[in-house]
Formats: sequence, C-alpha cells, structure tokens
Amino acid sequence: MHMFTAITHSQIYVLDQNEALDFYVGKLGLEVNADVDMGFMRWLTVSVPGQPGRQILLERPGAPAMSEETAQQVRELVAKGVMGGHLIFSTDDCRKSYETLRDRGVEFTEEPTERPYGIDCGLRDPFGNHIRFTQLKAEEA
Amino acid sequence: MEESNRRMLRARDAMDRAYAQPLDVPALARIAHVSPAHFARTFRATFGETPHRYLQRRRVERAMFLLRETDHSVTDICFQVGFGSPGTFSRTFRDIVGRSPRTYRKEAVATGVPTCFTMAWTRPSA
Repeated sequence: MHMFTAITHSQIYVLDQNEALDFYVGKLGLEVNADVDMGFMRWLTVSVPGQPGRQILLERPGAPAMSEETAQQVRELVAKGVMGGHLIFSTDDCRKSYETLRDRGVEFTEEPTERPYGIDCGLRDPFGNHIRFTQLKAEEA
Repeated sequence: MEESNRRMLRARDAMDRAYAQPLDVPALARIAHVSPAHFARTFRATFGETPHRYLQRRRVERAMFLLRETDHSVTDICFQVGFGSPGTFSRTFRDIVGRSPRTYRKEAVATGVPTCFTMAWTRPSA
C-alpha cells in the first residue's frame, strides 16, 4: 500500500504568462488544462495533449505570494537558468520534433544526439527554463 | 537585470554547444547584446567566473565524460574537446581535477542520468 498514487501537478516559474502560453501551447503543442483568473493569481496549467492527469503550473513570481523584491530575485534567477525549471518530455521521433520546433523558432541548446538511453535534445523556454525531449530506445520505452 | 541575465545565459549556452571551437568573444558579445569589451566583465558579474574559465571547465567536463564513456585515446579527446595541445590539456586537466586524465579514467565510474544534469553537475568547480 503506497501513500501516493501519481504526480498530478508540477510547477515552473514563467516571467510572462501570455508569452508562456504562446510558447508552451503555440510552439511546443501542449494543451491548456486550466486558465482561471482567481483575482489574486492566474491559475494556468498545461499538459501533454490527452494527459490532463499530469499538469504543469505556469506560475508568475510576484506579489502577494512574495515581496516585489523577492520576485525580482526569482526573475533574475530564472533568466540565469538556475531556478530549477526542468521539464523532460518523451517523443516518438526526436529528430522530426526537433526540426518542427526549430522551424518555429525555438531556441535549442543541443541538437538531437544519440545517448545510451535513446536520442534527445535540449532547449530553453523564452525565460531560461531548461527543457529536453527524449526518444527512448525501443526496449526501454 | 533579468534581460541581461537571459542574454548572458544564451551566450553561455552557445559556449556549451561550441565548446570545441576557439572562444569567439565578438560572436558571444553579439548574442549577449554587449560590446566585446564588456562581455567578459558582464559574464563574470552574472555567473561568477570569466568566459575563458567557464569554457576551460566545460572542456574539462566534456573530456571527463569522454574518458569515462569511450575508449578514445587521451590525445584524441584533448583535440575533440578543443584543446590545442596535449601538454596544455594535461596541465589544465590536472590543475582543475587534481588528477591526470589517465588516472581519472582508471578511477571513473560511468553515470546514467540525462546529459544536461551530468553537464551541469560534473563541470569541475575548483
């Protein structure tokens, strides 16, 4: 008997939620699960299409969750690539996905490369978060 | 500040991608939207070390990876990661890692995590 049965929500910081939507939905092809103005915050989540059980909260750092001074520090750390916003997706065809996204102007940090576990590549979102996607070797998929 | 950080990160990503090529300060400065004269200073203010030192550690990290994961000769690895001579490579590697490339290879254990984490965490810091 396990206490937990799934991961349903993860969070990354984005510096602008509209720009995040353009990127995560418009370019990466994720879908919006929730986009709710709660007054105190905009609750914005996305997921891999057809997989609403695992949502990513695109959270904007700011008051009143944290002071404006702290929010500024968080923004600077996101932009430096050290806020820990890592996402790793899986794909059926790494090279084809890479070409599609490259043509959409996505900023890649690594081209598709053969690894012991499959083929993967790396990119950044507009804010500095690091994203990879991997085509796992057939026997491991 | 966040825009400057983002641009410096973009320049650092370019170094991570093209680590085997000579340090191209004018090209990196263009990516970072600063003058070549200001690039090193701004990079250091952002990441705490000079672009040259960052690149050296990246090359040594990639050499450590190749020593662990391949059977390429030490000399081949030296040129693959961008060092100009085996003497400079051995000296820099020993200076940063504290062991020679050959000793490191004998003692190393292969890792099995995604490359981005290996690259971030095994780039030697001292």
